[in-house]
Amino acid sequence: MTYLRPTFRHPESPRNALGYTRQYYEGALSTLCAGCGHDSVSGAIIQACFELAIEPHRVAKLSGIGCSSKTPTYFLGNSHGFNSVHGRMPSVATGANLANRNLIYLGISGDGDTASIGMGQFVHALRRNLNITYIVMNNGCYGLTKGQDSATADEGSKNKTGHVNPFHGIDLCGLAIELGATFVARSFSGDKEQLIPLIKAALSHQGFALIDVLSPCVTFNNNPGSTKSYDYVREHMETTAAVDYIPEKAEITAHYAEGEACVVTLHDGSHVVLRKPDPTWQPTDRIAAMKRLHEAHQSGEILTGIIYLEPAGRDLHAMLNTTHRPLNTLREEDLCPGKEALNAINAENR
Amino acid sequence: MSNLVNDFVIRFANVNGTGSASANTLFAKSIFRMGVPVTPKNIFPSNIQGLPTWYEVRVNERGYLGRRAGIDLLVGVNPQSMAADVRSVRPGGYFLYDSSRPLDPSLLRDDIHYIGIPMILLCQKHFDVPRVQQLLKNMVYVGALTALLGLEMDVVKQLVVEQFKKKEKLVASNHLALDLGFQYAREHYDCPLPMRVERRDNVGDRIMMTGNTACALGAIYGGATVAAWYPITPSTSVVDAFEKYANRLRTDPETGEKKFAIVQAEDELAAMGVVIGAMWNGARAFTATSGPGVSLMNEFLGLAYFAEIPAVLIDVQRGGPSTGMPTRTQQSDILLAAYASHGDTKHPLLFPSTPTECFEMTADAFDLAERLQTPVIVMTDLDLGMNEHLTPPLHWDDQRRYDRGKVLDAQALESIQNWGRYLDIDGDGIPYRTIPGTHPTKGSFFTRGSSKDEYARYTEDGEAYRRNMDRLLKKWHTARELVHPPEFFQPRSRFPEAMLFFGTSAYSAIEALDELRAIGIELDAMRLRAFPFSQAVHNFIEEHERVYVVEQNRDAQMRSLLMIELGISPQKLIPILQYDGFPITAAAIISQIAKYHPAAADLLGGNGHSHALA
Repeated sequence: MTYLRPTFRHPESPRNALGYTRQYYEGALSTLCAGCGHDSVSGAIIQACFELAIEPHRVAKLSGIGCSSKTPTYFLGNSHGFNSVHGRMPSVATGANLANRNLIYLGISGDGDTASIGMGQFVHALRRNLNITYIVMNNGCYGLTKGQDSATADEGSKNKTGHVNPFHGIDLCGLAIELGATFVARSFSGDKEQLIPLIKAALSHQGFALIDVLSPCVTFNNNPGSTKSYDYVREHMETTAAVDYIPEKAEITAHYAEGEACVVTLHDGSHVVLRKPDPTWQPTDRIAAMKRLHEAHQSGEILTGIIYLEPAGRDLHAMLNTTHRPLNTLREEDLCPGKEALNAINAENR
Repeated sequence: MSNLVNDFVIRFANVNGTGSASANTLFAKSIFRMGVPVTPKNIFPSNIQGLPTWYEVRVNERGYLGRRAGIDLLVGVNPQSMAADVRSVRPGGYFLYDSSRPLDPSLLRDDIHYIGIPMILLCQKHFDVPRVQQLLKNMVYVGALTALLGLEMDVVKQLVVEQFKKKEKLVASNHLALDLGFQYAREHYDCPLPMRVERRDNVGDRIMMTGNTACALGAIYGGATVAAWYPITPSTSVVDAFEKYANRLRTDPETGEKKFAIVQAEDELAAMGVVIGAMWNGARAFTATSGPGVSLMNEFLGLAYFAEIPAVLIDVQRGGPSTGMPTRTQQSDILLAAYASHGDTKHPLLFPSTPTECFEMTADAFDLAERLQTPVIVMTDLDLGMNEHLTPPLHWDDQRRYDRGKVLDAQALESIQNWGRYLDIDGDGIPYRTIPGTHPTKGSFFTRGSSKDEYARYTEDGEAYRRNMDRLLKKWHTARELVHPPEFFQPRSRFPEAMLFFGTSAYSAIEALDELRAIGIELDAMRLRAFPFSQAVHNFIEEHERVYVVEQNRDAQMRSLLMIELGISPQKLIPILQYDGFPITAAAIISQIAKYHPAAADLLGGNGHSHALA
């Protein structure tokens, strides 16, 4: 990859609703391998946030440990970031979200970080329906420690050393649907057209939005025989439906032939339009989603797009009935019951 | 037996899960209401129902609140443990039992008195439902004790009224059960016994409260809004109490919306992760756990230390190692907590001795954690946390403002040209932090557990790493004089020897100081209240030739910490230990110290108790 990035930008670069150019959403220069799928995901995140006209400082980006967890440095340079400990980003994000429900939370993880060391935290953040966009950059291997198989490596997949994985691979999307997730999608780092609207929809979803992004490791797992290589994923992708994201204020102007589009309205009033879906498929049917995933797996296909979506789920704050004022803005007068109340408590204990 | 008026120990032997706890609490509280200091302690199994459980009450009008060995009166209503219970009574003491069935002759001793009360027969005569008979049996023995020990029945009955405020129907039957026991004892025994309670005015305005409740209130008053936890004995009731009081004091009466959030996490790792995430994002958060939980939290404590994120942890210590003795007390997490996590780490620790201090130190812990941008651990124990203690009333100054530490708001960020998250501007090692979402273009940075420079940029440069580690040490030195200073028991050092103690050992240590003085051993005394140790702690040890360090663990962990951190010679620090899971007694302290004073030791009885105690 190149370590020189041109600082010159065309003065007429397109600007979003806030008047920012795409450059405003970039971060530091990536130190990942040239061609790493993760850099494409970072690019998609930048593009999605630019198009949604999000104030970068209203985003908190959190990650665990690993190649994927390094990427928050490479996008949204004006956002606070937290590179926590291995597999524990979900709990840190839970605390952060409880402290301030008004920020947008973007969790970045990898397959080792989520499906192995962090499996416990992942499933519990998910079942609490924490309001977060949780992106797994899934390459089926441990890159930073030189290519060991991860728990999402498919059974029979061959890594660079020729080792064939004897274990069953964990399907994070299937698991998430089973555990009650309210937004489950899968995509491919090489398919920006699909990935960008998916990220936009996930950011607009009120609740836990999982995007499992197949993101090939060019150094350790892009060889023939690997089921997470660029070639393999391209050849085996099957899509539930093409995804269009339409923001809250925009009208749905495009015309879709009858029976070809399915519109889902998200909590913030924006819409997800799923084009050319299989007429028998409903994105909000949990059982059908599971069935579809299993069928794809059986036929050796990788199912992508929105697999399951439940826009009306209650997030953690709704379940806890916390005040709408962010907890981190409450002060002494809101929090401290004062001397008189304490004297009453003393009296109760005599 | 010498004078036993307002100076004795009574133990109740019950079966876990039979409703004895409320009756026993009623007994202890009645004595408290009569103005006589009491120390009740639960000695319970790790079990829900069926195993033996004991409740021990020390009555002492001089105000000694530590545990005292030796049982003067045993209420034995558990057949499982009865043989051992009979054996545990001091010669000349009393064994009170349910005489509905005759006592097995093998349980008879000729050196103690037996008091039979037909508890279940009395209940069967007056109450229909078997479950009610079993429950009220406990009230029958409280009624009998009221007669035998000269308690004021009005006081006892008033407490029943208060206890059943919301279930008034139960008051009459409980009162009847009390009367049944009272009358039976009056008619069959010479009441009151020589061992008895007489009204005094020795409790002042003090309250009875558990340390866990006090910690919870400290978190409420200290402004905690996020609590994350994983259930574990003996810390569970901290968050239970936090929820109870937060529901009462922090819920909007109109909307029902809560100004707090409690998450029961999937494990202690996640609990600490939630706390760190919340405090990173500007809310005050805490967790409560015990040793096994602290072991799991090590990873996150290291992150919070190195990334400089405030956190508050309440460690209610129990018997270790591993699962250890989950329902027994110890002070054995000291080294674990002080240096939790890999690499060079150190954490401020606070050591409350009373529930009042649990309240104050928990509230203070939030100020300290935010001021120092690091985790602060409140080190209580099972004895302090789960037992009710006689303690000064909780006090709060309405003028008090939270110390949020060095946090830059948007306005401050506007005026600063050269901000670096880890720049030491003030020379105290404490940098300035920002909260996410504060300013559109200034103050954002990347928090990480990996090495970084002053501007929070990742670096593997050895020099930058060393600078950061040295600054953290400077911050540690700043902490020495910010944490709670020690308590001295004399205006200035007078004697060549001294006693040093902390936490719940204080009760028995203070009693031991008096008893030692009575046999000619004069000691200065200091109670540690915090780690890192201040200059005053160092000076005190320097001023003495020998310092007895009293603690409740096997390895003399506080002694090690003093040696490591202050460079004190091991010969100078004498470990005085008790680690059987029971709260340390004055007798245990006295007998160990007396070994160093052969002349005075002769004044002690063979069992190590001083005459004054025997």
